Amino acid sequence: MPKDGGIGASSKRREDVRFLTGAGNYTDDINIRGQAHVFFLRSDVAHGTLNNVDTSEAEGMPGVVRIFTGADFEAVGSIPCGWQVTDRHGDPMQEPRHPVLAHGKVRHVGEPIAAVVAETLGQARDAAEAIVVEIDELPAVIDMKEAVKDGAPKVHDDLTSNLCYDWGFVEENKDAVNKAFDDAAHVTTLELVNNRLVANPMEPRVAVGDYSRSDDQHTLYTTSQNPHVIRLLMGAFVLGIPEHKLRVVAPDVGGGFGTKIFHYQEEAFCTFAAKACNRPVKWTSSRSEAFISDAHGRDHVTKIELALDGDNNFTAIRTDTYANMGAYLSTFAPSVPTWLHGTLMAGNYKTPLIYVNVKAVFTNTVPVDAYRGAGRPEATYQLERLVDKAAHELGVDPMELRRQNFITEFPYATPVAVEYDTGDYNATLDKLIEISDKAGFEARRKESEAKGKLRGFGMNCYIEACGIAPSNLVGQLGARAGLYESATVRVNATGGLVVMTGSHSHGQGHETTFSQVVAEMIGIDESMVDIVHGDTAKVPMGMGTYGSRSIAVGGSAMVRATEKIIAKAKKIASHLLEASESDIELKDGAFSVAGTDKSVAWGDVTLAAYVPHNYPLEDIEPGLEETAFYDPSNFTYPSGAYACEVELDPDTGHVTIERFAAADDFGNVINPMIVTGQVHGGLAQGIGQALMENCAYDSDGQLLSASYMDYAMPRASDLPFYSVDHSCQTPCTHNPLGVKGCGEAGAIGSPPAVVNAVLDAMRSGGKDVGHIDMPVTPARVWAAMHGAEANAARVGAVGSNAKPQPE
Amino acid sequence: MYNFEVERPTSVSNAVAALGRDEAQPLSGGQTLIPTLKARLAAPSVLVSLTGIEDMKGVRMEGDKLCIGGATTHATVMREAEAHYPGLASLAARIGDPAVRNRGTIGGSLANNDPSACYPAGALGSGATIVTNNREIAADDYFMGMFETALEEDEIVTEVKFPVPDAARYEKFIQPASRFPLVAAFVARFSDGVRVAITGASENGVFRWTEAEEALNGNFGADAVKGLSVSADGMIGDLHGSSAYRAHLVGVMTQRAVASIA
Ligand SMILES: Cc1cc2nc3c(=O)[nH]c(=O)nc-3n(C[C@H](O)[C@H](O)[C@H](O)COP(=O)(O)OP(=O)(O)OC[C@H]3O[C@@H](n4cnc5c(N)ncnc54)[C@H](O)[C@@H]3O)c2cc1C
Repeated sequence: MPKDGGIGASSKRREDVRFLTGAGNYTDDINIRGQAHVFFLRSDVAHGTLNNVDTSEAEGMPGVVRIFTGADFEAVGSIPCGWQVTDRHGDPMQEPRHPVLAHGKVRHVGEPIAAVVAETLGQARDAAEAIVVEIDELPAVIDMKEAVKDGAPKVHDDLTSNLCYDWGFVEENKDAVNKAFDDAAHVTTLELVNNRLVANPMEPRVAVGDYSRSDDQHTLYTTSQNPHVIRLLMGAFVLGIPEHKLRVVAPDVGGGFGTKIFHYQEEAFCTFAAKACNRPVKWTSSRSEAFISDAHGRDHVTKIELALDGDNNFTAIRTDTYANMGAYLSTFAPSVPTWLHGTLMAGNYKTPLIYVNVKAVFTNTVPVDAYRGAGRPEATYQLERLVDKAAHELGVDPMELRRQNFITEFPYATPVAVEYDTGDYNATLDKLIEISDKAGFEARRKESEAKGKLRGFGMNCYIEACGIAPSNLVGQLGARAGLYESATVRVNATGGLVVMTGSHSHGQGHETTFSQVVAEMIGIDESMVDIVHGDTAKVPMGMGTYGSRSIAVGGSAMVRATEKIIAKAKKIASHLLEASESDIELKDGAFSVAGTDKSVAWGDVTLAAYVPHNYPLEDIEPGLEETAFYDPSNFTYPSGAYACEVELDPDTGHVTIERFAAADDFGNVINPMIVTGQVHGGLAQGIGQALMENCAYDSDGQLLSASYMDYAMPRASDLPFYSVDHSCQTPCTHNPLGVKGCGEAGAIGSPPAVVNAVLDAMRSGGKDVGHIDMPVTPARVWAAMHGAEANAARVGAVGSNAKPQPE
Repeated sequence: MYNFEVERPTSVSNAVAALGRDEAQPLSGGQTLIPTLKARLAAPSVLVSLTGIEDMKGVRMEGDKLCIGGATTHATVMREAEAHYPGLASLAARIGDPAVRNRGTIGGSLANNDPSACYPAGALGSGATIVTNNREIAADDYFMGMFETALEEDEIVTEVKFPVPDAARYEKFIQPASRFPLVAAFVARFSDGVRVAITGASENGVFRWTEAEEALNGNFGADAVKGLSVSADGMIGDLHGSSAYRAHLVGVMTQRAVASIA
């Protein structure tokens, strides 16, 4: 019987009422009296010396309030990076200055050079066209391997090279790993590209800065996944505003996918300009601007090798990755190819020796940072393509090769520094075989062949790490932030309550899920619980939402705060019931004395807390409000197995996804419907990456896929009806809800299954090409099958012109 | 967008007069022009809207010709041409999405002559006549290359007359991002001959694949075109496909169109 409320119930998403009826309050809906508009003049060249920015004519244009250039920000801090990686030799990464507005040089197409504040957006734009910018173009570095060669043009003249860091993990294992390769019975090698992506949240970024002279108070409304992080980074490092003078509000946010984690120049600009102009200042990104100013995702080029012994046991993995940082370090960019990627290279397998090398490289492209999955999709893709390739080379069943090497005992300490607490990889694989109807595949293949089509089946496993933690460990790894979460539970006199969470919902349905947890714990109706987030003036300092951390970390903080509430409420109840506190039980929203029929309702206790006439004032304070900060002791490790079935048109190379099955282990599940929805969305993005999404630059650093005319987004008609299952549940052992996190799994787990399926289809047509790079577009499939070139454009940075790699 | 004025004439002659104003430009469905204006890539000072001209709207048979007003939307053609010329209706039905089809017009599409647009293939493949405010132009003389047509300054497409073939089929292979044709073939079979028009492929815009036409005139079947190929020289090569791939798709799309009506 499905529950009709509380933990485990598929409660309808309460926030959707406002989202779907136009009652949402997004940042662009915020218009403050007297507000002026800003238009950013952005660089249209990738690399150049910025000789002069002449604003004199533009200053006199109608409606212009003030024009800012890089010179206005010389006394202002650099946009900070939130993670410092230490390289193989123990040295810190190279960290360039990141100005609010370009100064001295421009380093990527889209970098803001000047900002015009005017009465209307049209006037701001008109004036921007009258600004005369003198740039001496310099050769652009786009291809990562070219960028690290001696003599390559430098993105940052004051750094020694374009190499941000050369990271080895675990450096001490390197020799043992190399020896294992020398001793291997078989070695499988794979070179691949993890294609650069543009996150494309439905709502583009927006920032509104406001300043009140009466109390010297700054307010920034922004499309952020973590308003406190923005307040800290921008206040402390860029603008020098103490936190009590700076409020950051992230109201309804229409999707983030990682790209709204980071602190961006436009936020700092609007905050700064609001005071400088003594007017509210608003910026709303156009879609075109989003393509060249939102941090991009992925963009790794990797060589990975697997060593096996004579019995097909994995003995070692060695990887060599180039990770694109773009022109500047975005907030968490350095952590993505390292701690969020290298630590996952064990996957689901008991490979005893692993060595990961990552070279992070500056190029004249938009900064690259976390995008749904962040590092874990890159690790999963490499590993699961590699294992599949090994199985074909060895002539064994890819599923069985995986099964043979599965980790089966937990906790399991990997050779890449993390310890998996629980999991059951055989269970999710068995479930996958069932829900994908693997048994019926051959019959379906015959049907496809009868239509002149090729059909392929591909699968993969995945493991990921969510709820990044604990703070003291991530501090050692270079994080410049803590990674706990906060919650305040404020109970009102009449029993309703408000939870103020440091997590931030930008589509995930926290208001529903979080209410379910608290309602269940107290035994009240979900409608009595309200969730507040996204405002530093209301919520205790919290770290926001990314890395599928909200329920595992934010939910845990909320549970802790609610436990404190219940403990205090029991004290009050024991007084009201004149019974010993240890005899008080809370059930279905009422406190009773064990073994008696004496009870007092939740609402009577909450009323007593605020109208403490009959109250143990000598023992406890009035009121019922508690705060908790929760710092997890470990990551959580969701895992699963995915399968994809494709049909391939050999005449055109066109691939359609016919079936997709996902068997996930998310531990305990609070709201199965919401979890299913999260998997659906993740799958759409993972399939989008595998089949069509491709952010491509030409060798001059011009973005070729700068609009939806050239950047292909998946649509409903590109996707099948999924079979999604999360009934395999090994609860997390170290957080109070036993939850693991489900937000990124779909995007992490799906690309290898798609590519494995396409290669399987090609093999069934007599073409074994070994590997094909994402996105697996029709042109690429056709080219791979005919040994031809797929694309005309030379697009080095992202390997978009990658040719198939015949064996 | 820059500022502009809008004129809303209700007759062709008033429209032509309005176009005589300085920096005036016709606006039909706006599905190409409005995005261009928003990106500030064009700066007309007067937009002359054609959609209020009743004479330029509608689908009707005149003798054995299907006549479509220049300001008729793709959605209207999709519905109203179905009974007369299903091959063309099906082409219109696959342009863009419903929002685009409800505004975009045949005249706008033919005037724009995007090398990847659908209607140029339908018009050239049918041997249509493009009617303007002062002359009639055979499709064979109308398309002059990428975004180039025989239209003079201030000349407007008022109507398009289509001879109706015995059978026709439009095969469209979409570019995954824009969903315009990456390559599409329009094959029309008339009692006196076959016409094959290809869009999306060539750097010179829509073209007739005469070699295929000749082969099909001899023997109308997919096999007739199987051995044929077009050269990759002069084919578009971009992020979405090389010129060799496009040349290959010309053959595949043509074969499929033929197979479906043979
Ligand atoms: C999302 C999207 C998807 C699309 N997909 C496709 C597709 O799959 N296939 C396809 O073929 N097209 C596609 N289009 C383009 C669409 O069909 C346009 O409607 C068409 O190309 C232009 O017609 P319009 O009426 O909108 O013209 P407008 O945008 O109003 O005008 C286009 C140009 O033609 C001129 N013009 C307009 N009407 C006339 C006239 N009667 N005489 C002379 N000049 C005139 C204008 O001055 C302007 O220069 C798509 C457009 C969008 C936005």
